[in-house]
Amino acid sequence: MEMNENVLFDAIERYRNGEMGPEEKALFEELRRKNPEIDQVAAENSFMLTELDRISQIKKFKRLLNEVENKLENEEVISERNKKTGAKIIYLWNRYRRTIAVAAAIAVLVSISTATFFSVVSENKKAAALTPLVNNKLVQFERKLNQIEHKLNDAAAEPVKPQFEANFMATGFLLDGKGYIITNAHVVNNAKNLIVENKKGVQYSAKSIYNNPLNDLAILQITDTSFKKVTNLPYTFPKTSFDLAEPIYTLGYPREEIVYGQGYLSAQSGYFGDTTSYQISISVNPGNSGGPVLTRNGEIIGIISSKETKADGVVFAVKSESIYSAIEAVKKGQNINIKLPSSNSLKGLDRVQQIKKIDDYVYKVKGN
Amino acid sequence: MKLYDEEQALITGLANHDTNAIEKIYRENYSTIQSFIVKNNGYPDDARDIFQEAMIILFEKSKSESFELTCQIKTYLYSVCRRLWLKKLQRESRYNPAIDTVLETVTVEDEIELHEKKNSDLGIMEDALSKIGEPCKSLLEAFYIQKKTMPEIAELFAYTNADNAKNQKYKCMVRLKKIFFSQYKNTNGNE
Repeated sequence: MEMNENVLFDAIERYRNGEMGPEEKALFEELRRKNPEIDQVAAENSFMLTELDRISQIKKFKRLLNEVENKLENEEVISERNKKTGAKIIYLWNRYRRTIAVAAAIAVLVSISTATFFSVVSENKKAAALTPLVNNKLVQFERKLNQIEHKLNDAAAEPVKPQFEANFMATGFLLDGKGYIITNAHVVNNAKNLIVENKKGVQYSAKSIYNNPLNDLAILQITDTSFKKVTNLPYTFPKTSFDLAEPIYTLGYPREEIVYGQGYLSAQSGYFGDTTSYQISISVNPGNSGGPVLTRNGEIIGIISSKETKADGVVFAVKSESIYSAIEAVKKGQNINIKLPSSNSLKGLDRVQQIKKIDDYVYKVKGN
Repeated sequence: MKLYDEEQALITGLANHDTNAIEKIYRENYSTIQSFIVKNNGYPDDARDIFQEAMIILFEKSKSESFELTCQIKTYLYSVCRRLWLKKLQRESRYNPAIDTVLETVTVEDEIELHEKKNSDLGIMEDALSKIGEPCKSLLEAFYIQKKTMPEIAELFAYTNADNAKNQKYKCMVRLKKIFFSQYKNTNGNE
């Protein structure tokens, strides 16, 4: 019996490999047809042999892939393996985090009116676990709070437009007073509707005219006719590169209110040696994505884009150089001429004065 | 037409284990895939793995007789990598930052599903091979995977002749078959 099966195994293999002569082949096929048991064994063995063959093919092919990868690694076309540090980057935009904004809005209200909301604030951890239905109510509630807040902040309030049902929030700033705003590609990515909102809470609808995930930049155009052109933006965009330890600061919207942060330039390249980014050390949070990185002279050297999850204060900013190529692309593709400001009126001012001149031009970018 | 010919030549090169073709495909496509993956919550090392997997899919496709190029290699690889990466993120329940589509994509879902089924079968076979013990494991690997000849194997394993080696190989195959199919039926049901 065992001997027979040995012969059978061998026959199956020779049949599969095309090593049988025509007569033997015909005989073997006849045998399979007439004996379901033999046919079954043949089918099973064939299947196994196919699997083994596939393993062989793939191993061989993988060796070739590794050979090519090694060559390209030496030429630095692809980066070396095992540089993994356990850290990864996250984008600094607020998404599906309505409750944070709600809590912030409530906190503002508490500080200006009554203490009755105090319990709500202290329980805002619970708010995060609320069901979507309740969450909707909170959104409406927040909207009302925002309206109150804006009225209080700005007595000569411009009419507050119907609020936008946004599901993400980040930062952007004016490149050109005609209404062109730069932010990150990952912020506006796939958004159906976009609005930008200044620190007074005035909203303008906007559309994306440039979105490039490779440099992570997006340019928005304010389409609202109520937007008034701004002349003389105070900051400039130098093309030169900056030295380590250069003090820097940023403005952004990790919450509904504009937030200032400061730090320093810590490396000339970004994540995994990306030369189109800087590494900076600064405390930022989701929502800061798309914010400007300014030097003490009010020059914008980068746009905040992401941070490493496992290291504190390791933040990456796209270098301003990339803005120039983005503007070129917009000019070529859509014949839109974006002009960056040419003179800097921030130099020599102290930080507080600088911020006062800049913060009107830093916008919240919201959308859904 | 010229572009098509060039691409077809690359595919033929792949099927014939031509490293020049592999290198060209890497040079033209790897960086796009890496930036896509790194920008979507991955590491460069993930890009290496995903790209290799996509290359294997393309390689196996290139070897099938019925294969015809219906889109650019670039589009095909991007579509496959994008899909593989999305699936990986989902499988590991990692935060998925709304994957973007930079380039056009083609439908590859069915192919990838089939590929994953084949990989699962292959995993069962590798597992079975690791369980049959020595000298069976080395013997079968030498014959079926490294494609050595029986006389070579007889010499390597110090069998007195090729027939002895063949007989030993048969015994090992019986063992392998038993382990493989018991596991295979567990995984795939008894159909």
